Amino acid sequence: MNAINNSRRNFIKASGALVIGSTLPISLVELAFAESSQNFTFAYISDAHIQHIKDNRFVRNWDRGLIRAVAETNLLAPKPDFVMFGGDLAQLGSKPELDHGAQILSALHGDVHHVMGEHDYYLDLGEYWEKLFGPQYYSFDHKGVHFVVLNSIKTYDDWTYTRWPTAEQRMLEMAGLDNPNGSPFMVGDQQRLWLKKDLDKIDKNTPVVVFSHSPLQKIYKGWNFWTEDAEQVQALLKPFKKVSVIYGHVHQIQYNQIGNISFNSVMATAWPWPYPQSYAQAEQYLPKLTVPMNRADPFFERDASGWQFINLANGNVDLNFTLYDNTSRIVRHNEKQKRPEDAVYQDEKARIVPQTHY
Amino acid sequence: MSTYQKIAMALCLAFAATGSALADEFTDADVQRWQQQFMAVVGEGRELWISPKLGSNGVACAQCHPNAANTHPETYPKFQKQLGKVVPLWQMINWCLKNPLEGQPLAADDPKMTALQAYVTYERRGVKLEPGKH
Repeated sequence: MNAINNSRRNFIKASGALVIGSTLPISLVELAFAESSQNFTFAYISDAHIQHIKDNRFVRNWDRGLIRAVAETNLLAPKPDFVMFGGDLAQLGSKPELDHGAQILSALHGDVHHVMGEHDYYLDLGEYWEKLFGPQYYSFDHKGVHFVVLNSIKTYDDWTYTRWPTAEQRMLEMAGLDNPNGSPFMVGDQQRLWLKKDLDKIDKNTPVVVFSHSPLQKIYKGWNFWTEDAEQVQALLKPFKKVSVIYGHVHQIQYNQIGNISFNSVMATAWPWPYPQSYAQAEQYLPKLTVPMNRADPFFERDASGWQFINLANGNVDLNFTLYDNTSRIVRHNEKQKRPEDAVYQDEKARIVPQTHY
Repeated sequence: MSTYQKIAMALCLAFAATGSALADEFTDADVQRWQQQFMAVVGEGRELWISPKLGSNGVACAQCHPNAANTHPETYPKFQKQLGKVVPLWQMINWCLKNPLEGQPLAADDPKMTALQAYVTYERRGVKLEPGKH
């Protein structure tokens, strides 16, 4: 915890220089292992949804979220080894949106690794995105950790290739979160085959961190808080001692434990989403473990976004959330229970009124 | 037949003669037709809800409120702490039109406002009324 506390203190000290307080829409991830010289951090920014209006005009609100995240990430002390961008850089996958988003991200110091989101993908199936950011799925090793990036937002070939008369319509149909014409996300056979081969080479004691855009678990199909082949992907991760899945897409705090796999979502820089239980007509499966974040206040443009420190000291995730205009949250791995738990609010009796979503 | 019975019968005949249908009688076909009228307006509301053209910047209501979730129509009118007064739902909808959508507010009786409220409320069907709830 010392390393975390130190970095947190330095971090706040550094960010204080800009007089912006403790409201950072990014995620600082700290991986601390036995060798303290091997400790390192990385930052996590996700779901910017840069939206083109016309000519050189973009939706101001979403621009501001990403610009702020980039500026504050650059203030991190200690400096993160790299930055993850968790997908949905664009709203409708267009060149102007991806270019504009890439331009804002270009101000980041250091390496950036990208995850594909559905809003980046369904116009040209990731062609332009690949030119800007590289392959759609890949893995890399960093200081003893094996990182895997999946494109988890693919879907049935029939939907992708034959159902829609134009690429623009295909993009629009998938962009509507609640659109009944959408289609469930999946990693797909080809990528799972690749994942199996990739993981075969890795020692089972090596900590594995998987980045995906959609949750690699099933929460609510109606809004694609869902990955169709989640169980099959989880099965490939099962042989490893310590596995963490970090995902975007949901624009809210979620956490869960399934067997050996810890799941954590990250915040969006653009806007928050309701928890599925607030849709009265839906059947949904928000992990029972998740204590929801406070209900968003629309009068605060950046409310319900935030940043978190993630400590993987024992190969398990400890999350320290700092939220806009809201009380900080800490979600720690409980060694006895073998699952993440909120440090303050986990007990039903400890919960507060704003955490009630209806 | 008693005097009272005679009077009652005379009254019944008098009422029967005043019109061919009674005001509170309607058929299944009527109910279906009215429901269709309502659902057509709900449909218009849904189209507006997902429309990038409702405001000025392409942002649609559904971007933040899929299936109109987190709009809580059953709690209005209520004290909106940020506005400092009790408001009906349509005033909060106008706040969204002006701010995240960077557009123009609608009149309370604008058919578009009616449609938006019909859609939002329809998505909350079955939820009990709780005016004033925060």
